[in-house]
Amino acid sequence: MINWLKYKKIYFTVSIIMIAISVYALLTWGLKLGVDFKGGSIIEYKIANQFSTEDVVKGIEEKGIEVTSVQQTGEDTYLFRLPSISTEDKIVIEGTLLNVTGAVEKEDVDELRFETVGPSVGPELIKKTVYAILVSAGVMLLWIAYQFKSFKFGVSAILAMFHDSFILIGSFAILGHFMSAEVDFLFVTALLTTLSFSVHDTIVVFDRIREINKTQGGEMVDVANRALTETMVRSLNNSLTIAFMLMALLLLGGTTVKWFAGALLIGTILGTYSSPFVATPILISWDSVYRKIKK
Amino acid sequence: MKLTAGKKLILILLLTLVASYISLPKRIPVNIHLGPVNFERIFEKPTIGKDHELVLGLDLAGGSHLVFEVDTTDISKEKKDTALTSLRNVIERRVNLFGVSEPNVQTSSFEDKDRIIVELPGVKDTEEAKSIIGKTAQLVFAELSEEEGGGLIPTQLTGAYLKDANVVFDRNVGKPAVSIEFTSEGATLFADITKRNINKPLAIVLDGEPVSAPIVQDQIVGGSAQITGEFTQEQAKNLAIQLNAGALPLNIELIEERTVGATLGGESVERSIKAGLVGLLMVLLFMILAYGKLGFYADLALVVFGVVTLALYKLIPIVLTLPGIAGFLLSVGMAVDSNILIFERFKEEKKKRDYANALEISFGRAWDSIRDANIATLVTAFILANPLDLPFLHTSGPVRGFAITLALGIGISLFTGIVVSRNLLRVFVREGKENKEKEGKK
Repeated sequence: MINWLKYKKIYFTVSIIMIAISVYALLTWGLKLGVDFKGGSIIEYKIANQFSTEDVVKGIEEKGIEVTSVQQTGEDTYLFRLPSISTEDKIVIEGTLLNVTGAVEKEDVDELRFETVGPSVGPELIKKTVYAILVSAGVMLLWIAYQFKSFKFGVSAILAMFHDSFILIGSFAILGHFMSAEVDFLFVTALLTTLSFSVHDTIVVFDRIREINKTQGGEMVDVANRALTETMVRSLNNSLTIAFMLMALLLLGGTTVKWFAGALLIGTILGTYSSPFVATPILISWDSVYRKIKK
Repeated sequence: MKLTAGKKLILILLLTLVASYISLPKRIPVNIHLGPVNFERIFEKPTIGKDHELVLGLDLAGGSHLVFEVDTTDISKEKKDTALTSLRNVIERRVNLFGVSEPNVQTSSFEDKDRIIVELPGVKDTEEAKSIIGKTAQLVFAELSEEEGGGLIPTQLTGAYLKDANVVFDRNVGKPAVSIEFTSEGATLFADITKRNINKPLAIVLDGEPVSAPIVQDQIVGGSAQITGEFTQEQAKNLAIQLNAGALPLNIELIEERTVGATLGGESVERSIKAGLVGLLMVLLFMILAYGKLGFYADLALVVFGVVTLALYKLIPIVLTLPGIAGFLLSVGMAVDSNILIFERFKEEKKKRDYANALEISFGRAWDSIRDANIATLVTAFILANPLDLPFLHTSGPVRGFAITLALGIGISLFTGIVVSRNLLRVFVREGKENKEKEGKK
């Protein structure tokens, strides 16, 4: 049996550092919001001919349409970001593209996808997400408290869950700054999945703590150390299989799901890490503080 | 009757065969190019009964997703629901006229904001669709022309003069009817028109299409009338909805559009399949490397998981979206979790007792963790999928598609990870061991 909890302070320090970095990243860079949140339009084109992005942007802006950015997403695919545009604007843009890139046929500039989102959608998305997080957290807290007949299990698991989601958000502030990863609808989905995965993984550890407690009893720290030793390989192996699927999706799934898979992957790693190194230490600390007060 | 593990396994095998048959695509192209061998053929699956196809969402099949915000500021709270139902109905009619196959029109409300969501599969040029859908409903009463073969002549009486329409029950004939009520100016106009058209039909035209043409029995003064006829409850309700669309016209504004071309959608499908296969192979390999023979049986169970899930997607049917596929892939990674839990447990139990017992006990003991952990995930999936359509949670879009496939995946993985792998192991591993032990004793 390994005495995992001897290094409790190290785990707490690691978590505090990660949270501090997240806070720093969020305050200095913030999140790079996608159209889902801040409104605006994106158009992805497949353009057959080589062209200079500057000329294209100049051509479009001469017609009075602002272009926020142009990003190459594949061999011959380009993503245009603009403030909210109308259908007429879109036709103008397509015409300009045909002209500037010297297209022979209409198919040489092929619109792959078009998204435009009004400004009222973002706040609604944020509100609904917050509600979803609160409802999920509340229900899971009650479920764990009921299953383990104690709130300290529920609260420890939920704290670890918030730890994971906060660092995931922070890591997207970093990824957004350095690799222009955007926060969109799919990120929200990944965030909510991380919530559930984090708790899922923690429950397996807590379950073992409960079982050992029931069958053999003993000091809480020893029980927890045994439970961690016995579940460590399982936790690692399970997150490895999930990581295999997500890595494949990240590398082969194409641009639309790249960051989604990335967010899920970070969430999986955090969720796996937090069960033994955040949730369990909190549980043990809580338990020892509680005992001291009782004495 | 208690089934032996062997019999259960036969049942599982049958289920897998049926599921594989359903999951197979209708046409299977086989291309083999090996040096001089050039084999290219498309196999057609023999169909028994109805063939189920995978339903792809707009982001995979291509199409347009439009969200309109409805201006309900001029409408009283009591009438809002009626007005919205009518609007939805009108938009549905317009979309159907547009000739789109399987369009989807739904309303959604969140904090006093009312939306109409229109999904048009296969439509890429949305310009025309948007202008047709965005029109305000036009209701007008029209007289029949006196001339031979004459058409309808619209009167001055429009939806603006109509106050309300309701389904009522006509006691005289014992059939449902539709009562209509006009404003005071409308009542005067209606009295004039009915006077001119006694014993003649008076057409009610919505968006240029006649929806009903009741015969005027007598002049109607006072502004309320009843349309009777051989209505079923459903028909009367529809007529009332159509009348209300004109009576309570609402302005709508496009606030969101997402259009995906079929090329990009197809590419997404191809890439997801490739990613899924590569990931799956890695998981299969990993399980064998980590758990040897046990891992191999877990792999078999995982394959059963795959085909059963696909078959259910087709049978239910689940509309597959890109996030939905991601949910499925994630559930593949999670599906082996129960096996990993059991096998890790088995490593410990093996030290204490004999092989077969250790296996049974591992399944039993691991079940608690598996149940508790998966219920937590199912709870989140349930909240994300929001099957009760609670207005303060996500009611549509990618979040929902993801949650549904994830929830389904977890549900099925409980079955394959426990029932399927347990019976596989009982039959092949345990019996194999017992036989060896018996031989050893001889």
